[in-house]
Amino acid sequence: MTPVLELKGITKQFPGVLANDHIDLTLNKGEILVLLGENGAGKTTLMNILYGLYQPTEGEIWVEGKKIEVHSPTDAINAGIGMVHQHFMLIPVFTVTENVMLGDESTKAGGFLDPETAAQKIRHISNQYNLAVEPSAYVKDLPVGVQQRVEIIKLLYREADILIFDEPTAVLTPQEADELFVIMRELVNQGKSIIFITHKLREILDVSDRIMVVRRGKIVGETTPQEADQNKLAAMMVGREVQLDLEKSPAQLGETVLSVTDLTVTDDQKQITVDNVSLTVQSGEILGIAGVQGNGQTELVEAITGLRNPIDGKIEILGNNITHATPRQVTELGVAHVPEDRQRDGLVLSFPIYENLVLNTYYQEPYAKGVNLYYDRIYKNADQLIEDFDVRTPGASTPVGSLSGGNQQKVIIARELSRPIKFLVASQPTRGLDVGSIEYIHNRIVKKRDDGCAVMLVSPELDEIMKLSDRIAVMYRGKIIAVLDANKVTKEEVGLWMAGINPNDSKNNNRESANNQKI
Amino acid sequence: MTQDNENKHNFNKLNHVAEEVLADSTKKKSIWQTMLIPALAILTGLILGAVIIISTSEEVYTGFQQSFGAGLSASWSAVANSYSSLFKGAFGDPAYIIESLRSGDALEIRRALNPFLESLVVATPYIFAGLAVALGFRAGLFNIGVEGQLFMGAIAATYVGYSIKGLPGFIHMPLALLAGAAGGAIWGFVPGWLKAKTGGHEVINTIMMNWIAFRLTEWLLTGPMTRPNAGRIPVSPIIEKSAEIPQFFKAPIRFHLGFFIALAVAYLIYWLLFKTTWGFNLRTVGANPRAAKYAGMNIARNTIMAMTISGALAGLAGANQVLAINRSMAIGLSSGYGFDSIALALLGNSHPFGVILGALFFGVLRNGATKMMVTTAIPIDIISILQALILMFVAAPAIIRAIYRIRKPKAGDEAVVFAGSWGGNK
Repeated sequence: MTPVLELKGITKQFPGVLANDHIDLTLNKGEILVLLGENGAGKTTLMNILYGLYQPTEGEIWVEGKKIEVHSPTDAINAGIGMVHQHFMLIPVFTVTENVMLGDESTKAGGFLDPETAAQKIRHISNQYNLAVEPSAYVKDLPVGVQQRVEIIKLLYREADILIFDEPTAVLTPQEADELFVIMRELVNQGKSIIFITHKLREILDVSDRIMVVRRGKIVGETTPQEADQNKLAAMMVGREVQLDLEKSPAQLGETVLSVTDLTVTDDQKQITVDNVSLTVQSGEILGIAGVQGNGQTELVEAITGLRNPIDGKIEILGNNITHATPRQVTELGVAHVPEDRQRDGLVLSFPIYENLVLNTYYQEPYAKGVNLYYDRIYKNADQLIEDFDVRTPGASTPVGSLSGGNQQKVIIARELSRPIKFLVASQPTRGLDVGSIEYIHNRIVKKRDDGCAVMLVSPELDEIMKLSDRIAVMYRGKIIAVLDANKVTKEEVGLWMAGINPNDSKNNNRESANNQKI
Repeated sequence: MTQDNENKHNFNKLNHVAEEVLADSTKKKSIWQTMLIPALAILTGLILGAVIIISTSEEVYTGFQQSFGAGLSASWSAVANSYSSLFKGAFGDPAYIIESLRSGDALEIRRALNPFLESLVVATPYIFAGLAVALGFRAGLFNIGVEGQLFMGAIAATYVGYSIKGLPGFIHMPLALLAGAAGGAIWGFVPGWLKAKTGGHEVINTIMMNWIAFRLTEWLLTGPMTRPNAGRIPVSPIIEKSAEIPQFFKAPIRFHLGFFIALAVAYLIYWLLFKTTWGFNLRTVGANPRAAKYAGMNIARNTIMAMTISGALAGLAGANQVLAINRSMAIGLSSGYGFDSIALALLGNSHPFGVILGALFFGVLRNGATKMMVTTAIPIDIISILQALILMFVAAPAIIRAIYRIRKPKAGDEAVVFAGSWGGNK
């Protein structure tokens, strides 16, 4: 049987970088092919070539046994290739029908739009693949998972047979991701073929038929979920053995560093999102804040770091009342903050690395005296930190925006952890990063704890919380509903707490209670 | 062991030097890349300007009525005449310059070079006003109020210039300049303060402040500050000799010290933006206000200070015109310097040195156009069209890239600095 898609010897040379090096790839009808690789391995470049956004330096693209030329996304769509981008290309104030029609409008006689026919077709597609999308709904009212399905419908509406999913789960909750996998399976069962780009090991084994691993622009291996496991895949991807489990010694508790009492914080819409929260973090321990995103973690972190003014309660760091302090006052007490959204809050993308590395210390000695900045010292600092924290970059004057996500995060980690700090607030420190970077950043955080720093880790990734924390506080609808000993609690129990369910209430649960202490 | 360490140290040192050389070469390359788009924008603007000259020329139409060849040659001569007189008007007539140099007569040489010196005179207010806009852009602010700030600077400088008498020049002139800066600064401070404290958009408020400034100066010039015995003409008294910015040569050569003051101020702004903590603050707030807040910077204070300094620079533009050229204030003080300077700041990529280049270019165009109008009867408005075309190409680099098939730089390398403030970030 002819494969639906064949890439032959695709090579893409960028100035100074060989992004794709003679890549051969075949996709068979009705299969899900996973393209696995670290950030910057060349997966996205390859897919952009296939989608007509880049022209290959060498190589051929064959669809259904015919050689095709792809010069633009339009060519790709005409050849039956569609792409679901990581960031949706939807207009929020338009309805589903309007979004789907956009660029391929069905018209009545006289050139008038014909949304009814389009809606009919969308409803038909939605039923055929169990997508459950209502054509008349406004996109802005839809949850992220459903918005993604609208993107899928856009492709099916244009009769795409080959669907490319570029890191589709990055924006989804675990439940939404599971629903997506069901849909993907349904799509291939009905004859579509899928290329699934990802660097998340866990989901690959559930969903794929075949796995190809890309490293440094080359295909370095092919395997199937039957013969691979997470450790093997991680090693193939990174090119060395990766330690997925973390060994850490018991916490050596010291003085109380952070003390939050009866804290109440509102969000931008003046809704109470942190509701009467009390907690403490001691030096030498990692307190994990678990919880589904949007349960008040963001506002809690912002209040502690001085970015948001609480309406009630008290925050103390090492005995200093910082309830209404500015971010700079908080920083100067020895607090480091790895923000949730690195590109929005943590970096100035157009600035070079060396300036980003002194973003919150530029005004202090040795970088400045009075108003004078000493750039020679700023460069020197950058060279040192780039080496110490293994930031992969052509040089210190590269704009941070042109680094990969993992390296951008390393710049932040380098900036925050290289200071003499007593308290680290790390909010989703590994969001969207590949295995190698995650391993590195986790080790750095644990090392900081072992050096006697107090750490507050906020993450919606349960695995990350379980792996790093000494104690786990579960946040649910603005309240801390449980504080658990990480050594005595199971992942399932924390998961139940995250859903707002107390596992000890269940009559069937006769086990030792999850040591749920209240501070 | 120590030997080993030393070797390692030396090796590291060598490595470091190599890296620096590399970094330097990429830096140089990026300067050329930055200059490429404006240069091509200017070229494209001149080509389209030629098309407009041809299509509006009477001779070309009559030429084509006779024969195709005659039409072509008329087109060519129209364009050649216009641009050569533009060139001569801006830089001087090369033949005349060579002749005067041969003769060795100092006066003749100065006369021959005067067109070029006059271009520098015209460029001077553009430098000040362009810096005002560029500083705003760097701070993420779109200061459309430069024209009004310029008027307030001029009126303040004029007042200090004629009302204080008996001061020595080395005190009076700087004092009048400072008064001009202060006048503009106040007019910049108000919208800056409104933005910082109430979120009122600076684009709207600076436009409003422009109208207040125009009407206020009209009233002042017909009322409290009017020249005695001038009838009802809105014009101020003539400033004291001691307040004048000195001209280097005798009339009609107007080349004056203000040009060098402008260069010095441009360097000062460069130093402020790129070598001080204050500039680091300002650029961070401009590039990413959220990250600035995260890093502990005071966004409100930055906004106010940036608008105040921007206003002061605009005020200097107005003061410069009064103290060096006009010697008194009248309504027709500015030929739209405040608005042209927006285009100029974009052309110069909001960098002080780029602003100088852009200002020189605008000075050359404006000055050359006067001569062109006299000798070829092509209206001076063609220059406004040229400026508009060039601005359009600079603001929409995609057009230039498409025409000259230049590859788009990587994300993050794109160096155009523009205020993102329409997005409503506070």
